[in-house]
Amino acid sequence: MAPPVLEIRNVTKIYRMSGGFLSPKKEVVALQDYSLTIEKDPASIVTIAGESGSGKTTLANLVLGFTPLTAGQILFHGQDLATMNRQQMLNYRRNVQAVFQDPFGVYNPFYRIEHVFHTVIRHFKLADNESQAQDMIEDALNVVGLHGVDVLRKYPHQLSGGQRQRIMMARVYLIKPEVIVADEPVSMVDASLRAAILDAMLSLRDELGVSFLYITHDLSTAYQVGDKINILYQGSVAENGTTVQVIDKPQHPYVQLLVESVPAPDPNEKWDTEIELPDEEVMRSATATGCRFYPRCPKRMDRCLEAMPPLYDIDGRGHEAACYLYEEKAQAAPVI
Amino acid sequence: MAETNGMTTERRQRKVLEVRNLRVHYETPTGDVIAVAGIDFDLYDGETLGLVGESGSGKSTAAYGILKLVQPPGRIVEGEVNLEGNELVSMGDGDFRQIRWTKLALIPQGAMNSLNPTMRVYRQITDAIEAHEGKQDKEQLRERVLELFRMVGLPQRIYNMFPHELSGGMKQRVCIAMGIALHPTVVIADESTSALDVVVQRVVAQTMLRVKRALGVSMIMIGHDMGLMAQMVDRIAVMYAGKLVEVAPVEVLFDEPLHPYSQILIDSIPSLQERKPLKITEGITHDPRNPPPGCIFQLRCPHVMEHCRSVAPELRELKTRHQVACHLYEDDGSLIEEAQIREAG
Repeated sequence: MAPPVLEIRNVTKIYRMSGGFLSPKKEVVALQDYSLTIEKDPASIVTIAGESGSGKTTLANLVLGFTPLTAGQILFHGQDLATMNRQQMLNYRRNVQAVFQDPFGVYNPFYRIEHVFHTVIRHFKLADNESQAQDMIEDALNVVGLHGVDVLRKYPHQLSGGQRQRIMMARVYLIKPEVIVADEPVSMVDASLRAAILDAMLSLRDELGVSFLYITHDLSTAYQVGDKINILYQGSVAENGTTVQVIDKPQHPYVQLLVESVPAPDPNEKWDTEIELPDEEVMRSATATGCRFYPRCPKRMDRCLEAMPPLYDIDGRGHEAACYLYEEKAQAAPVI
Repeated sequence: MAETNGMTTERRQRKVLEVRNLRVHYETPTGDVIAVAGIDFDLYDGETLGLVGESGSGKSTAAYGILKLVQPPGRIVEGEVNLEGNELVSMGDGDFRQIRWTKLALIPQGAMNSLNPTMRVYRQITDAIEAHEGKQDKEQLRERVLELFRMVGLPQRIYNMFPHELSGGMKQRVCIAMGIALHPTVVIADESTSALDVVVQRVVAQTMLRVKRALGVSMIMIGHDMGLMAQMVDRIAVMYAGKLVEVAPVEVLFDEPLHPYSQILIDSIPSLQERKPLKITEGITHDPRNPPPGCIFQLRCPHVMEHCRSVAPELRELKTRHQVACHLYEDDGSLIEEAQIREAG
């Protein structure tokens, strides 16, 4: 079997703070022993969800090569990123593209929209001549539901946030990458325009076979478009599975709390329970060993302090939770 | 509608705040940006009114207009804001300073930078109290601050801390504590929970609901998260491009939105209950300096008619407490003939 497109193997990222005058050096474990595989076929949208500080953006930065790994490997078609030569790295950069959160900051306000497209075509030598380039651009815009005449001659400020983000999607379509790392692509776009961007993601997946690493804190958009989901808590995976499995039947106590906290958009279904948070100090003092969620967990046990719980397979169909509650119920699944 | 606050209907019908034809413009070298284009609404005693709309719709500017906090190049062009008999827009700064905090308070997006980073937490609150009530006995003041902490669920030990020592959720609670410190009649909460993580957001939202009930204040909640609105508000006002397009009880707006923009808004709420197909709408709005004649939503409206391009629809009460600004409806709330024909065809 062909190696997967992207394989993240036991990756750890530790940020070391140098420490200032009188303050000691500090280490922050942003991502711990994290693994993820994205297969070539079928292409899928893999959601990485979690609260701020859970390590989701660190993961994006690692995959995009913005920050070096502390430990572990990232493999692209079986080849380790760390051992790639210049040519292979260029190929990797071309095939793993990014769409960022802020559709305002990524444009140079002095250039018309068409500049974005001409730059990538020139850089990656995508077209032989001008008319071929024009056709490619039109084609890419159509995939995200836009038309060249409407947008190409405009300046970024003349377009809505949603349109700008879709143009970024069209740009990556032009490059035809294998993976797109989308870091909160809809969080700065108004609700009524989000659907168009999510739809562009679906078309890229279905028509072009592009897989997504969809990084978000918003479970509801993940639920709309995601295939698989990976919920992070303080740098490690709390729960894994298909989006429907995890959101319909969350197993990890943290994920249960998370899903329950999403306000239901139905005034007839008001919150009827109160959620309590423990004291701040307790929440912040992450246990060095043992389960990270221990201080907040309503179902904690003594053994949770001993070691980090591995991922347990819950139903034999890929739904996994890192919680000792499921130790007996399932045979311990090997950590993927 | 359920009397969630245990209030008498009588109280519920008393208006505490009336906003009439409020207009706020921002000056730019190429003409005024019309941020709030003449809005009218009422706030009833003890209720929570949600003000929703997309970014740039003018919802925050409207709130800042009510609070007289619009900064240049913005200015209140015209309008009236009546707060229990006091007209605020024409009021002098000195008089208004007496009203701010005691009758009308703001809970800002506190997780970001609303607190003074060089001041201990308690000082931020006692300063506001002393500015209005004059010098006070230290011990009493301390008791008052601690009582406020208890109300919003903050631990006593943060009394002497600096804002940077607190988490986002705690800073937000400090802002809530400041907002209610002088028992205001009306509290305006501007995206008060949107910068917080989901779980913390829910806890802070619960705190706000609890405090609001305990004190019986009326509240205007500005936001864009429809899920949160569904949980927290009694009535909801939808803004688009500086205008109110629909005002209705929250259940009614979610069940049967009448304005085409509200319909799109409700349709586009993602849900954790079902995976529904994505509804795509085009998003080009007009230049806010130069709105087209007629309805402000005409460029995006799926039901736009000839009439909409020339005459701006007024906000009309079509059903009890349900106001809509749209030409598609007769005065009794039924669809006009042209729209019926189109729907059938």
